[in-house]
Amino acid sequence: MNQTKAMFLAVFVLVVTSGAAFASNKAENSAANNDFNPGDVIIHHVLDNHEIHIGNFHIPLPIILWDNSNGGLVGPFSSHHLADGANYKGYVMSHEKIYFAGTSNELVRDAEGHILAPKPLDFSITKSVVGVFVTAILLLVIFGAVAKGYKKREGQAPKGIQSAMEPLIVFVRDEIAKPSIGAKYERFLPFLLTVFFFIWIANLLGLIPFIGGFNVTGNIAVALVLALLTFIITAASGNKDYWMHILWTPGVPWWLKVPIPLMFIIEFIGFLSKPIVLMLRLFANITAGHIIILAFVSLIFIFNNLYGSAGGFGVSVVSVVFSIFMFCIELLVAFLQAYVFTLLSALYFGSAVEEHAHENH
Amino acid sequence: MELLTILLEGLAHMGAGIGAGIAVIGAGLGIGRIGGSALESMARQPEVSGDIRANMIVAAALVEGAAFFGIIVCLLIALG
Amino acid sequence: MELLTPSIGLVFWMSLAFLIVLFILRKFAWSGILKALKDREDFIERSLKSAEEAKAQMSTLKAENEELLAEARSERESILREAKEMRDKILADAKMSATEEGNRLISAARGEIEKEKNQALSDIKRQVGEISLEIAELVIRKELSDKGAQEALVAEHLSKAQIN
Repeated sequence: MNQTKAMFLAVFVLVVTSGAAFASNKAENSAANNDFNPGDVIIHHVLDNHEIHIGNFHIPLPIILWDNSNGGLVGPFSSHHLADGANYKGYVMSHEKIYFAGTSNELVRDAEGHILAPKPLDFSITKSVVGVFVTAILLLVIFGAVAKGYKKREGQAPKGIQSAMEPLIVFVRDEIAKPSIGAKYERFLPFLLTVFFFIWIANLLGLIPFIGGFNVTGNIAVALVLALLTFIITAASGNKDYWMHILWTPGVPWWLKVPIPLMFIIEFIGFLSKPIVLMLRLFANITAGHIIILAFVSLIFIFNNLYGSAGGFGVSVVSVVFSIFMFCIELLVAFLQAYVFTLLSALYFGSAVEEHAHENH
Repeated sequence: MELLTILLEGLAHMGAGIGAGIAVIGAGLGIGRIGGSALESMARQPEVSGDIRANMIVAAALVEGAAFFGIIVCLLIALG
Repeated sequence: MELLTPSIGLVFWMSLAFLIVLFILRKFAWSGILKALKDREDFIERSLKSAEEAKAQMSTLKAENEELLAEARSERESILREAKEMRDKILADAKMSATEEGNRLISAARGEIEKEKNQALSDIKRQVGEISLEIAELVIRKELSDKGAQEALVAEHLSKAQIN
């Protein structure tokens, strides 16, 4: 009971102070145009960035570009060279996008304000890339230690981080892989375990305040890679029955297949839409969670602008309480999304390797 | 002409908002039904509640995915 | 719109990082962890099975023991019973032989006594006869001195003998 209380208190203090840090961070912006735009702030946070903001500190990150017209690889150079629209080696950054501007500081725009300047491929180590690397290193460290523990205490009871991770590993194996895939589950287990823990740790990383507000799994590129891997593995391990089911679905009337291959079209859309939905679900869930928390925090500043500091202070109590609530929900969602992604991947693998008994169709 | 553009843009935003709302209503109804039925079946057969919970989460995730499709389309309208 | 456009850089780095992590963990972590888990589960299962077997063995052993015990008990009982019977028999035999011996002794004693008595009686008879003979001699000697009385007596007897 005391522990729960202490935990709640800690979360409360964290959220209040993170709100304060957020406020100080935004104070300059507000002072500049005296107009707080919550939409911009939220989108700015959710999107990727070439810097990490911790309070008022800006940590520049390396920029790496691939520009065919400029002899391939450019960089790496620090992103502070491009701060505030500065031109460095002919490159200019506008809204976190890097363009080749040549010698001029101004970007060529068309009548509606769209930038026409050429865009090199941006392979920079952005905030989300750092998040991915941090997650990867955490995974390696944690499971390196766990694997070492199993080697050192062979045949003995688990200890330390080993006993923290063992139930989750067993959970993925016994609750996700075994019932969804069936007898051939062992082939897919390394991927499922890696995906599960990658998503979970990345989700948790996104919930920690003060470290720059990572939004790793809430970035569509990360979700895309994970879903694409699931898709590739499903397609690669699909057996004859699986492809047969898509190409020439058994057990349906022939006129659904000839002359218009209606069943094939439907099955093929399903085949393609599965990974897309997998990607969207993860991305949208995590992004939505971030947006909601940020919206609650933003309420303070909206009311501050509308009714002065008293209004902001009054709303802050409600906002902080709701933020804490959302943080707790997000902790659950962080696990749940990792679970759902892994479970659905396992189900797709299961359908790919399943042996059908065609008589029963 | 300018007024028309603003009006159309406003209408697009409104459509996006309404669309997102409808998507959420659908998903809410669907997930609510799934949750309700799952609870009912768990009450009837508590011994298989583990299986039911796993299937409930899968079904809810599928419904949610469909809803996200709708919301993303609305987001594309609103932002694009 | 930007929210939904995956950036090529992040896709590249994410694929690279994830595949490296997957490869390393698959090679150095998951195989070992999963094997260790499986080994331990097998070990537990085996232990449980052997415990079950030991329990079954124990129960058969116990049943055997019980049987043995019951046997021993019944044997003891029979031995005891036999011993008791033997004792009773011996006692009875002893009693009988003692009685017989006693009877024999008694009868022997009785025979002896009879013999002694008979002897004594015959002695007494002989002595009585002798004494009576002496007396009779004396009497006769005295009687024969009186001749008249003798003749009277003979006459009397003769008369009686005639009657007979």
